[in-house]
Amino acid sequence: MNIYVLLKKTFDTEEQITVSHGEIVDEGAEHIINPYDEYAVEEAIKQRDAHGGEVTVVTIGDEDSEKQLRTALAMGADKAVLINTEDDLEQGDQYTTARILTAFLEDKDVDLILAGNVAIDEASGQVGPRLAEALEISYVTTITSLEIDGEIVNIEKDVEGDVEIIETSLPLLVTCQQGLNEPRYPSLPGIMKAKKKPLEEIELDDLDLDEEDVEAKTETIEIFLPEEKAAGRVLEGELDEQVKELVSLLRNEKRVV
Amino acid sequence: MDMSKILVIAEGKDGVLRNVSFEAIAAAKQIDHDAEIVGVVLGKEQLEEQAEQLVHYGADRVIVVQHEELKAYTSEGYGQAVLSIISEEAPDGIVMGHTSIGKDLTPKIATKLDTGLVSDVIEIQQNEGRTEFIRPIYSGKAFERKIITDGITFVTIRPNNIAALEPDTSRNGEITTKDIDIKNIRTIVKEVVRKASEGVDLSEAKVVIAGGRGVKSADGFNELYELADVLGAAVGASRGACDAGYCDYSLQIGQTGKVVTPDLYIAVGISGAIQHLAGMSHSKVIVAINKDPDANIFAIADYGIIGDLFEVIPLLVEEFKALKSTVNA
Repeated sequence: MNIYVLLKKTFDTEEQITVSHGEIVDEGAEHIINPYDEYAVEEAIKQRDAHGGEVTVVTIGDEDSEKQLRTALAMGADKAVLINTEDDLEQGDQYTTARILTAFLEDKDVDLILAGNVAIDEASGQVGPRLAEALEISYVTTITSLEIDGEIVNIEKDVEGDVEIIETSLPLLVTCQQGLNEPRYPSLPGIMKAKKKPLEEIELDDLDLDEEDVEAKTETIEIFLPEEKAAGRVLEGELDEQVKELVSLLRNEKRVV
Repeated sequence: MDMSKILVIAEGKDGVLRNVSFEAIAAAKQIDHDAEIVGVVLGKEQLEEQAEQLVHYGADRVIVVQHEELKAYTSEGYGQAVLSIISEEAPDGIVMGHTSIGKDLTPKIATKLDTGLVSDVIEIQQNEGRTEFIRPIYSGKAFERKIITDGITFVTIRPNNIAALEPDTSRNGEITTKDIDIKNIRTIVKEVVRKASEGVDLSEAKVVIAGGRGVKSADGFNELYELADVLGAAVGASRGACDAGYCDYSLQIGQTGKVVTPDLYIAVGISGAIQHLAGMSHSKVIVAINKDPDANIFAIADYGIIGDLFEVIPLLVEEFKALKSTVNA
């Protein structure tokens, strides 16, 4: 089975965000594999181990993205591809990303594509379904279980807390939701092996794309931080008095109950 | 200039329209106050009442599509229906809720139309003759202001952020039924297993009661459900509580998990890790209940109670019950 995983580098979830000149300060920030993409990597490895085949991890990024790709290889992926757009693209959007991935995948023999449900930075969740549509294959988002039996695929999908039992078929793109699996940590031998696994770096030119082909359809004109919230009030007195006061405040002052 | 036209794709659950559908109409009017608003209702049967409701909330006319294949949402079935309407109506804009269905469907439509899409919008502003969309990034640690530079105005809006208009039952609008051919469905929904807390959806709830590690067990969560019952609230959880197995991951609020903005958020036994705060800090009023006076959560809470949650929650249940009985009396 030919399995592809879409991976994005994101800020570590521990990071505070700072903004300078309308842009997010990237310097010194720790980066990780987007947590939802980790579920995708783990699931890809499991499916390959069960059905055979090969797992290729793909990212669009800059030279620093190699670190996250090596981590995925250390977890057990077979190959990695870095589509380096650092020199070509100033600002892209989800249209841009999906166009590039489509160009990369359209001549490949694809059985299964896995991606995160969303990236925790932009959090639009657009790229997976966009890519599937462009490749004219089925897709199911926010999956929490995946069973492949020949061409038939049985899926459990999280729908705002409820679970849909879905039957579909390969080729297929899925986006992974928390609960699908428990991503493994790379083992030491895994890390050693990953250094020797193939990591191919390509640019837009190699995909016969130029900037205009992938020009964004939306533009971010400003990034700003939320207003600081004033510190609240810790209630005092006997516990039952506090509870009475709280309910009264919520009722009469804030009018939320 | 011709009047612009904005399509609002409504969404029902259990035969009732979700509130975000009405909010989407309000959003469409914020994009262009003078636009003709065309509502779209999809499903298997009995959609007339929903169509009328859309008119009451501001739609100028409504297109109803009833089809066996639209009984349950699939991107293929809904996609074919919506694309067929779009090709006939040629709208200047499309608005839908940023819900499970909206998130799944809109990227497909945008790709077919070769357009951009601004997802998860929480505010719409008009500045110097252009429409600007505000959306959270990094789970609300920051915001971005976006414009659409090419193609139609296509957005999804986050539930609970853009207020719906007051319904006006005297409004009239044309309601038309459209027959659509739906074929080549490769994905079938065989069954839906209900696990979400009854009735109240976490992303649309006005009140959320969330538990953390301090709740100590799945049994402990029952106390939270009791409080939620009294308030008509949804129950959520921190990652810690989910990882410990006290509740399902579908309840998780935070940078991984759901982002919620209710009117009232009651954090119970939650320390307030930065990842959790990202998922709830924009709630209108935040209450924290925690034994540890140094817990992070107190820094962003409007009101805090330092104490044992197992003492505080039963007192709260009683007090809210008493309040309800006086309100109802």
